[in-house]
Order: sequence, then structure tokens, then C-alpha cells
Amino acid sequence: MAFDEMGRGSNLREPYAQLSRWLDQASTDMLNTRRSQAEYFFRRIGITFAVYGEAESTERLIPFDIIPRVLASSEWRTLERGLIQRVNALNAFLRDVYGKKECIRAGIVPSDLIYRNPYFRPEMDRFEAPHGIYCHIAGIDIVRIDPHNFYVLEDNARTPSGVSYMLENREVMIRLFPELFSENRVAPVENYPDNLLASLRSVAPARAASDPTVVLLTPGQYNSAFYEHSFLADKLGIELVEGTDLFVRDDVVYMRTTEGPQRVDVIYRRVDDDFLDPLAFRPDSVLGVPGLMGAYQRGNVTLANAVGTGVADDKAVYSYMPEIVKFYTGEDPVLKNVPTWRCREKDALAHVLDHLGELVVKEVNGSGGYGMLVGPHATKDQIETFRRRLKHEPDNYIAQPTLSLSTCPTFTKSGVAPRHVDLRPFVLSGADKVRIVPGGLTRVAMKEGSLVVNSSQGGGTKDTWVLDV
Amino acid sequence: MLSRTADSLFWMSRYIERGENLARILDAATRLAALPASYGGTHNEWESAILTAGADEPFHRIYKDANEKTVRDFLCFSEENPASIRHCIEIARMNARAVRTAITTEMWDAINGAWLDLKKYDGKRMDREEFTRFLEWVKNVSLVVDGSAYRSMLRRDEYWFTRLGLYIERADNMLRLLDVKYHVLLPVSERVGGTLDYFQWSSLLRSVSALTAYHWVYRESVKPWLVADLLTLNREMPRSLYSSYENLVRFLDQLARQYGRIGPSQHMARATLARLDNTNIEAIFQSGLHEFIDQFILDNNALASTIQEQYLV
Repeated sequence: MAFDEMGRGSNLREPYAQLSRWLDQASTDMLNTRRSQAEYFFRRIGITFAVYGEAESTERLIPFDIIPRVLASSEWRTLERGLIQRVNALNAFLRDVYGKKECIRAGIVPSDLIYRNPYFRPEMDRFEAPHGIYCHIAGIDIVRIDPHNFYVLEDNARTPSGVSYMLENREVMIRLFPELFSENRVAPVENYPDNLLASLRSVAPARAASDPTVVLLTPGQYNSAFYEHSFLADKLGIELVEGTDLFVRDDVVYMRTTEGPQRVDVIYRRVDDDFLDPLAFRPDSVLGVPGLMGAYQRGNVTLANAVGTGVADDKAVYSYMPEIVKFYTGEDPVLKNVPTWRCREKDALAHVLDHLGELVVKEVNGSGGYGMLVGPHATKDQIETFRRRLKHEPDNYIAQPTLSLSTCPTFTKSGVAPRHVDLRPFVLSGADKVRIVPGGLTRVAMKEGSLVVNSSQGGGTKDTWVLDV
Repeated sequence: MLSRTADSLFWMSRYIERGENLARILDAATRLAALPASYGGTHNEWESAILTAGADEPFHRIYKDANEKTVRDFLCFSEENPASIRHCIEIARMNARAVRTAITTEMWDAINGAWLDLKKYDGKRMDREEFTRFLEWVKNVSLVVDGSAYRSMLRRDEYWFTRLGLYIERADNMLRLLDVKYHVLLPVSERVGGTLDYFQWSSLLRSVSALTAYHWVYRESVKPWLVADLLTLNREMPRSLYSSYENLVRFLDQLARQYGRIGPSQHMARATLARLDNTNIEAIFQSGLHEFIDQFILDNNALASTIQEQYLV
């Protein structure tokens, strides 16, 4: 039986006390009405705000569950401490990987895991990112399997997305359930855009003006996350630029405006490393800005996240995170790692091959729930396919036990029932400090028994409440 | 503001205006073509509609004959015509979508709504009545888009750029119409005031929604030089060249004020308006209506490229 975050009867957990009483008196009719209202709100935001038409907006509508997920502020404080520690370690690790490489010399991480990593950018070697910050925006995926521990499932250190859902979910919940918000003191999240802007401004190059120009670089309106890009640019009050809006002259980045070229100091880029600069990376990229890397290396512009952070969100590197945290912070990790077998190691591979039916196997560089085997839910064929792949390319895989993710009450077709959830808090690292809004994006597997919460695989989202109890 | 944003706002408006003009041209052509031959109803009207739309070359690459069916299809729905009404609305929406946060919800609703409604119209299976309704709908789209811009947008550069696009396009359309039709306005000696001409003139007025306006302004029967005056120099007529340029000057000045800098497009628009101020329709006829139109087309294109260079790239 999975750990249910609400609990029942005498096991009812404190943070859920109010919500549980409310659920008891809530009729299915009322919940149904609210759910369709929520859907209407999202469709309306989708159509009027974001740019999508009929067919597209139905695609965009990731299922939203109207029952919030609740964390006690005491739980949050632990989590927050762990997140700050983890992200500080990630930044220290990246600074070291592209700098002195003490972690390799000290034998914390094997050198080939760094140098042969497809996300390791030699262009970044011996170059320190402005203010020593690499991962300005991190999405740390957290799961629970018991009331006492938080486990990190993945560190998303490249261009994590989903924060617009966190903000919109809250917005819609406040509109739908004003009474719930007056009974429960829910910690606000709507200052996220302010925090993000403050973090981005804090990492402007030292020579930038006191009022640095920050822009958001998007691959354009055909990108699946374009909605989020335009949403954030709007909330931050910064320009949403495409590669063609920027140009580089004498190693300085400018944007083309109606009043002539305007110097750009900080780029919150939602374009992958590969496409950033056709002169430095993929020459066929039309999304990037020729000469951007040159301007970056001269210290004339800050890129957030820095180039080459992918080396820290590799799943093989993940398995070394407890040692990495300890090495750079001198502390024991607050957040646990899920035990991980690195298939690159012979003994581990043998173990994994023997237990394929029980384990989750993941591609080292995969994301979005693709390229993944969930042993207990897989067919014989799928297992055999993975067995062949593992033998062929063991370095490319890791395996983890199938975690019994915690569940939360969720409004399903057959009424309120427990469904598995995870949590993605967004951690912002500025030159001055680390900022986190309480909560994050809760993703929920809408199908009974399913452990896959990715939206690309039918997962939904919930509002996440941090309550003083 | 990003130049690309301004560029999208500018073209969004141009395409909405262009769609409306196409609808007017078709409306007038349909009426004229329905008249008996002795009243000016000729097959040629469809050819002339294609010319006015500036689609001569692409049209004849696909069709041999200009008739009601082919012209209707080409100007309204054709996938092959990059400037069909369908494409005008699609391109306007694409531009609006690219700058979603620079326009208001009302404007986005108007343009996106038009784009969604467009799917309901099936050009292949449209009888005359449905076609008339379709043209009404197109004209209504531009009314709603224009009205929502007017009522909801902040009065600053975003708004000025939508206005500039609208009036450049409007002047361009008027000039093309005059270019194709100038011969019916010429005081030819042969059969002045014949029935044929009368219907040509009134159809010309109708294609710019100015038939009633004409009577209000001149309180006279339709005369070619007054028609020419109404469409070029009249200050009350919202589609006259004069009105378009008055607005272009005004909105370019607003931009210059906001940016604190006057540039070549401000000078150019003012010079053109001053020229219109200092002439009258008699003088235009004396030195040649056709020459006047030709020169104006060049000037209007030059202003569009100057705006482009000054702000949009």
C-alpha cells in the first residue's frame, strides 16, 4: 500500500484536516461543476492569452485536478532546506567541472562521466559563468514514499518548464474555491515572477548598467512550450525575443527595437545549448544568434541557464549526487537520492538484468518519460527489448527500484480516489541568494495505479498548498 | 518595442484591411456583372476585379478565364493565391499570435475568432446568397478588429503601428482601384454621361462604400471628376487618399513624440500631405490623372519602405 498523504480515519494527517472535512461534505455534482468551470477557465486562458486555436488548445489542456495537494509548513521547511542545499551543490559542481575539476581529482565522479558526457561543453572549460552561477532556474523533481523522507527523482538543470502551470493552477483555484482559501492560510506563489526577475537581474554582467535589460529567448511560436514563454515574458514585463531579434556586434548583444539597437545584459533562454549559436554549436540552427557565445565568453552578457548545465542533470551523474552534495557543502544531504544502479558498472548491470521485471530503467539522457521501462507494468516484449538495449549500450542506462510513490486524493471519474503524485519545486539561484516560492508543480498520474506523471504520458497537475498547521 | 513586434502589428492590420478591400471589390464586381450588358454589365468586370486586387499574374498562372466562379474562388479561398481573403485572415492571425502579449484580449479574440469562423465557410459550395453573406462577414471582421483596437489598446507605439499598417494599406488599395479604373473617370468626349459610365462610376463608389457619401458630400448626380475628387482629395471621406495621409502624418507624429525623434518617414508623409493640400482636382486632371496616380503609388510604396527601415527591421 502506497503512502497516502491525506490518510483516513484515525490516520488522517494533520495538514489535510480541513480539506478532508471539506471533501466529506462536497457532493460529486459540485465537484463536477467546479471541474468543468476549471476547464473553461483554462480553455479561456489558452485561447485568449496564449495563442492557441481550437484544435491546439485541446492538446494543450493538461488535465487539471481540482483537489489540492497539501504540505505542512514544517515539511516545507525541510524540503526548502534540502532544495537550497542541493542547488548550491549543483552550482558548485558545475563551477568545478568547468573550472578546477577538484571533484574528479578527489575521485568523487569518474572523469569519463564528465568528459564523455554529450552535455559537457568544452567551450565552457576554464570559463567561469558570471557570478559563478550556472543553474539559475532548476526544477528538482521530488517524490515521497513515506511521511518522513523526500527523495529527489531528477535534477532538471537545463531549461525546466511547467512553472506557468504552477501559477495558473493557483489562479484558477482561487477563483473556483474562494471559501477554501479563506479557511486555509495558503502560502502564496504569485511572487514567482518577481523572484525570477530579481534573480535574473542579480546575475547581470558586472559592467552592465544599474538597470540591466533582461529578455526571454524563445525558439518561437511553434515550440511546445511557447505558451509558457509568452506567459512568463508578460508576467516579468520583459521582451520575448527570437534569435532573429538579437544580433551581436563587437561581442555585445543587441536587440532590434523600433528605437534602434538596445543592449541586452541577461538572456533567460529557453533554447537548448545546441541551437544557441550557429557559429559555436549546430551550424544549421536558425533559432540562435550568431556570435552569442563570443559575447558570453567575453562576459558581456549572462545566459540563464549557463551553457553546459546538462552535465549536471544527466541521470548517471545523478547517482553521485549524495557524494557531490557532501563534497561541496560539507553537509549530509537533506534530500535523499533514489538508490540507483549504474549499468555502466558490471555488477550493477548483472543485477539489473536479473531483476528487469521489478525495476525502472531509464536512459541516462532521456526526459519526459520517454525511453523508460517500468518493469512491473511492462510486457514481456518490452522487457526483452530493454534487455537487448542494456547489453548493447549499458553506459546509456541506469535502473532504480520501482518506488511506490505517495498518493493524494484526486477527483476521478469514479469519485475521489488516491492517485500517485510527484512534485517539481522551482529553485532560483541569483548572485545574492537562492529563492523558492513555497510549493511547486504537483504532477499526478490520472490513471489508477499508474506511476507515470509526465504530461506527455497522460499525467495531470494539481495546485500545491503549503499550510501553517 | 522589438522591431519584429512592430512589424507584426503593422502587417496584422494591413492584412485585415486588405481582406476587407477584397470583399468590397468583389461586392461591386458581383453587382456590375449582374447588370444587363447595355447598362455596363460585362464579362470584363471579373478581369477588372483581378486587376484591382493586383492579382493578375498569379491568377492567370492558374486560370485561363476570369469569370464569377474562378475570380470568386481565387480572391476568396484559393490556397494558391497568397493574398486571398482566406490567407489575409490567416496571416493577420499568425502575426497577432506572434505578438499576443502586445495586443489586448479583445483584439486577440476578434482576430482569433475570425480565424476560427473562417473554417465554417466552404467556398466550393457557396451560392450567391451565401457568398454575399460571406462578404458581409469579411467586412464585419475588419469592423470588429478595428473597433476593438480603437476601444481597448493603449495609445502608444503598439497602437500607432497598427494604425500605420491600416492607412498604408488603405491608401495602397485606393490607388490600385484608381489605377485600374482611372479611364472611366477621364472626361472623354465620346459619350459622357451615358448609362454605361453611370453604372461604372456608381460601382466604383460602391466598392469603397462611398455611394451614399457621394450624395451627401456633393448633392449632385454622379460626375466623374467629383468621384475622383471624393476618392483622392476629399477630407471628409474616410477612405480618400487625403484622409489616409492625414492619419499617417498624425500617427507618425505620435510615434515621433513618444520616441523623441523625428525621422525620414515623418518628413516624407508630411511632404505628401502638403502636396495634397496644395492641389485641387482640376489641377490633377490637367496634369493627368493617370500620372498623378502612378506617382502616388510610387510615393506610397516609398513611405511604406521608409517606415519599414526606420522602425520595423
